[in-house]
Parts: sequence; C-alpha cells; structure tokens
Amino acid sequence: MAITVNRKPLSFWEKLYLPAIAGGLKVTIKHAYGSLFQGKVVTMEYPEQRWTLPKNYRGAPYLVKDQDGSTKCVSCQLCEFVCPPKAIRITPPGQDGQAADRANAEKMPKEFEINMLRCIYCGMCQEVCPEEAIFLQNDWSHIAHNREEMIYNKEKLLALGGTHGGIQKWKHKLEEAEAQESFPVKV
Amino acid sequence: MSTAATTETKPAAPVIEKIKVKVDGREIEVPRLTADWSGKLTPTTMIQACEQAKTDVPHYCWHPQLPVAGNCRMCLVEFGTPAMGPDRKPVINPDGTAKIAKSPRPAIACATPISPGMEIYTTTPAVKQMREGVLESLLINHPLDCPICDQAGECKLQEYSVDYGQSASRFVEAKVHKPKAVDLGPRIMLDAERCVLCTRCIRFTRDIAGDDKLGIINRGSYNTIATFPGTPFDNNYTLNTVDICPVGALTSKDFRFQMRVWFLKETKSLCTSCGTGCSTLLGSREEKLFRYTPRDNAAVNGPWMCDAGRLNYKWIQRADRLKEVQVFGKKNTWAGALYQISDRLKRAQAGSVAIIASARQTNEELWLISKLKAKLSAVSDSVARFGEADKLLVSADKNPNTNGARLTGICFTEIGSNLPQIAAGIQSGKIRTLIVFGEDVTKHGLSADLLAKLETLIVSDILPNETVKLAHYVLPGAAHAEKRGSFTNTKGRVQKFMKAVEAPGDARAEWEFLHELVHNVTGQNGFVTIEGLFNEMAKDVPAFNGLNWAALGDTGVTVQI
Repeated sequence: MAITVNRKPLSFWEKLYLPAIAGGLKVTIKHAYGSLFQGKVVTMEYPEQRWTLPKNYRGAPYLVKDQDGSTKCVSCQLCEFVCPPKAIRITPPGQDGQAADRANAEKMPKEFEINMLRCIYCGMCQEVCPEEAIFLQNDWSHIAHNREEMIYNKEKLLALGGTHGGIQKWKHKLEEAEAQESFPVKV
Repeated sequence: MSTAATTETKPAAPVIEKIKVKVDGREIEVPRLTADWSGKLTPTTMIQACEQAKTDVPHYCWHPQLPVAGNCRMCLVEFGTPAMGPDRKPVINPDGTAKIAKSPRPAIACATPISPGMEIYTTTPAVKQMREGVLESLLINHPLDCPICDQAGECKLQEYSVDYGQSASRFVEAKVHKPKAVDLGPRIMLDAERCVLCTRCIRFTRDIAGDDKLGIINRGSYNTIATFPGTPFDNNYTLNTVDICPVGALTSKDFRFQMRVWFLKETKSLCTSCGTGCSTLLGSREEKLFRYTPRDNAAVNGPWMCDAGRLNYKWIQRADRLKEVQVFGKKNTWAGALYQISDRLKRAQAGSVAIIASARQTNEELWLISKLKAKLSAVSDSVARFGEADKLLVSADKNPNTNGARLTGICFTEIGSNLPQIAAGIQSGKIRTLIVFGEDVTKHGLSADLLAKLETLIVSDILPNETVKLAHYVLPGAAHAEKRGSFTNTKGRVQKFMKAVEAPGDARAEWEFLHELVHNVTGQNGFVTIEGLFNEMAKDVPAFNGLNWAALGDTGVTVQI
C-alpha cells in the first residue's frame, strides 16, 4: 500500500524562490571570485594534470615480475576462467613451447592478452591468482588508435606491471630439493 | 537375416545368489559374486556394494577394471555383522531385528567381501576422521604444484581435499623432494613428487597391457615409480596410465601444457583408427581439438584405448584440409556443383557409373550411396586396409566401418574385390563416370592415366591427394569429429558419435550433400536430420531393422552381422 508522506507546506518566502536563487548565486560568485582573484582553481588541466589516486586503487590489471626479474605467471589460466567479461586470453606453452625463465616451475604462458576494452577492473584475476602474478594497478586511462592496440600482449603487460617481490615459492622448493643431496636416485 | 538387436554384451551369466546388506541404514540386494578385472567371479566387496547403493566411497588405488591392491587406505569404512550367540545362532533384538556386532576396527571397503546381513557405515564421524587423516598423510610430501599440473581440474587429490582436506598444512618439516619431469617413455612424463603410490599404473601395465615395465624403487618416503634403466615405458597402451593416475604424476607428453582441462568441451565420439571402434571423448575448445580420452563402454573397449588411436587426431585440423568446392579446378558453390553433378548422373547410361566409397564413412552415408548405386545400376566397392592386430583392442581391420559398408551393400564379404573390375571397365570405356569418397584410388590400382580416361570424376575427400588433383568435381568432406553419424565395428556393434568441432571453410558432412544428391538423382525425398536418416536406414537395411537413433544410446547396440 502506498504511503502518503505529509509534506510541510512552503512558507511565503519559500514560495517566492528568490532567497534560494540568491543563495545559489552567492556560491557561484564566491567561487568566481576565488578563481579570478585568489588563484583557488577547482578544475584540472586533464590530461596534463591528473588526480593523486588513493592507495589500493583498482585500475588496469598488469603482469608483474619477481625480484629476480622472472615472469611470475605460470599459465594456470585461472584468471582466464574467472574473468567475468572474458577479457583475458592465455595461450599455454604446449610441450615444445619456450622454456620458463625460472627454475622448477617449468610452465610460462606463450602469450597472455588482456583486452582493455573488455576489462571491467573487477579484480577477480588478482584475487584468484595463486602466484601473485597479476595486480590491478593505478592505470585507468588507455589510449589507442584502434581496437587491436587495446589488446595488451604479454610483453606490454609485463613492461607496464613492474616488479612485485614475494616469497618465490618455486625457487624455495628448488633450493629445498637441492639441499636434499642425499636423495638416493638421480634419474 | 536375424534382426535380434540386443544390448547384451556377453552370454547370460550363471545365476548368482543375492545377499542383503545395509549401506548407511538402507537395505540393498547385491550378488554374492562379481566379475573382477579378468572376468573371474570373486566375492563382492564393500566398495562394490556401496557403488550399487549409489553411495560414494573415496578411493585412489581401487579401480573396477584392475586387480585390488588396497594400499591407499582412503576407502576405510566402518561395518558390522549380525552377532552370534554361544549357540551359533543370530542374536535377536527385542524388536525382532538381528543384533549387529559392530567391528571394533574399520576395514578397507575395496578388499573386504560382504556377508549376509552386513551393515556398512560410510558417514560416521570416525570414517570422516579416517578420510581426513589418510588425505593429510598423502599430502605431506605432495608438492602442491596445481598451478602447473596438467591434472588440475580432474585430480582426485583436489576433489577429496575439497571434501576432507584442511585449509593449511600442519607439516612443518621440509618436504621430501623427488625427480620431476622424468621421461618415462615416448608418450609419458612422470612427476614423482605428485605420486601417491597407488600402483594403478603398475597393475595396469602388468595385468592389462601385459608389459611389466613399471615398478616402485627406493624405500619409505623415497618410494618412486620407475622403469628399469634403459627400458622405456613404450607399449601401445601407456597413455591409459595417464587416465587412471588419480593425481598428476603420470601426464601425457602430447597434452602437456596444452590446455587446462576445465576449458575442454567433451564430446561423445568414437575412435576411427581401426575396426574396434573404441568409445571416446573428444576434448575441444573453440573449434580446436586437444585430446582423445577413452569413454567407458563394457561392450567394446572397457575403460581403455590404444595410444596410436588416441594420438591419431592431428590430421583433422591440418592447414591443408580441402575447404573449397571445385568444378574443373575452379572454385564453385555447393548448389552449383551439386546441380551439375546431378545433371550428369541423371544423363548417365545405366552401368556407366562406378562408385568407390570408403569404409571410413558412416553407415548413413554408405546407405545414401547405396541408393545412388541402385538408381544408376552402378558397380561399387571400397578399399581394404589391413594391419596388425593385438590381443587387447587393436583390430587387424584398419577401417572403422567395414561392416557398415558390407551391410549397406557397398562392398561384399571380400572388401576391394571389385576394384580390378572397375579398373577394367574404365580401361574398356564402359565406365565413364567414377565417384570416389575419401580414398586415394591412385594407390589402389586405378592409375592417373586410367582416371584421365573418365568423362566425369567426382571426388569427395578431406585431405588433398593424387585423386583429388585429377578430379573434375571436388567436394570437401568432414572428419568424424565434425559431423554426426554411426559406425558398425568388427563385432557388429552399432555406435553413434557426436560433432565436436565445425568443419573448415565450405567443407560439409558427406551425408548432408549426399541426401541432396540422392534426392536430385532418384527423386526420393531427402532426410535433413541425422536422426531421420538413421531411422530410415534402419527400416531399409535388414541388419539394422528395429533400431533407431535414440535407442543406440551412448554405448551402442550389437547387431547380427
């Protein structure tokens, strides 16, 4: 059932509207005076000037390298699976693909593409990544001449992503295995 | 001809006494004896009773088609048997039911035979604790490689971890490390760290494949699956160990790092590499085929499949597939080519046409060709393809549908016996038109010079070859993965297969253009769906009488051949 809200009837001054117009003009004049004579600018010269983004801002997802400069992504394709707008496309290495640039985790994507036109910056890829290899960074503005350029490949994503240190579990496993020299059989 | 279409796979088994057991309080009747992996009758075990009661008992080492090993301990359950009094008579509760003496210790369900009145408990807190304990123990030295492991997504360790696992490991010591990426044989890669030592692979290759190549070496937590140094694991059934490996220890080199399994669409299909016709699943993603895996079919292949058949799929997506309809070397449309062909066939004199079909075609296609043959009074045959057979699955007949070609009347008992007659007919000028399906006849006694004498050479094929080069009309066909249809294997099992991927370019399933051609030439109405076509064929071909597409099911029907 509809509820009828009893409104307070407008007073005489309110019915005139003039005080409200005067109030609005006061704000406008205040800002005009501020920017004209006091240098208090409230707009920004975008794109030369940009906002300072808060920490943990969720912009475009990029791939990162570890502190040794190796690709962290192992091509598990979980981000491709979870990506709601299907922006991510990974080409696994296959059995004769390029060897990974780090020891022990012998898998690395042959190609890793993110279609930035599709990406909705939801952060699911970062959340699902078991390798801490993809992060939403503070880049939110993409410029390209055509649609193809908006599909970022592995090289570009790694260059934009930078370095993100971490526990390096594969390296740690390899060191642990090497420490077990007494392992009885070398096959 | 007898029309006894039957789904029975074996002669009637001897009558086996049924006994009553209770699984989680529900009473079911199970046979006292069950056939084991070798077909021998052995006492039914608790895990089999639970399976019949549709109660899931987690297990790693037990496999219905392998000898029982009982080493993984994952299937531990609690049970009880009717209590006996001092007078050796069952003790009866006040309410009239038999008193159950619960066993003080659990037992492994895979190796404990059932007895009358037995009660099996699979959901008690103790059973849950045991499963959690076993799983934690198996995971102690497991490397947790899931992100780079090909088994991820179809891994029993992952599945049971969801049910019985813990979110964090309590193990603080260093894990035992074992060799990774070990080359066991030409098609198999071993990661010893992931292995749970269930010995399924060892039992398979020793007892099923009959090639005792694998064993366990080293002691205690250093136990490792290995071959004897210098003897590669290379029999024709090695890839089955990849299927039965419950974890990612044994992986296929061919499928290694190709695609994550959860992306694969699995299509029920058949292997076309020999006359056995193993049931398969084709794994594809976005029109690309990635792998064949066997599909359980007790009447044909059980859960197994040979390596040669499994890896024989790459030709389907070769770049040089025929993709265009060609008329005298120029690209044309289906409508244009079929119009011209129908016109030529209608004007052809009776007896001046020969048809060489392929026993790699489906029953439906061969039947449509037989309609053309009847109308044109054509002479027809197919090409024989024989090779070596083995004891397990591989048949000597390398055509998947020789029996289909026989039953539809395309060839006779001795396949290929008409080919010299066709060659002679072309030589003498009696045969003016030749229709070839999927065979390179230049390799089967019809030389290029001979084919040049023909007025009309119509060729439908999948890949380019010498015959296609000489053809006046080229009709690009579809591989079995790109169409639906049915095959009749060497034992008369009629099985259907489904479409996994689209045919490239203008290529079309043969039955689609054949039904149009049959309609144009004979005036008989076409059948636009494969179901209708199969059902019509079943009415016409005596051996298939009484069959219909739906009744074939997933595993097929055996007909009298």
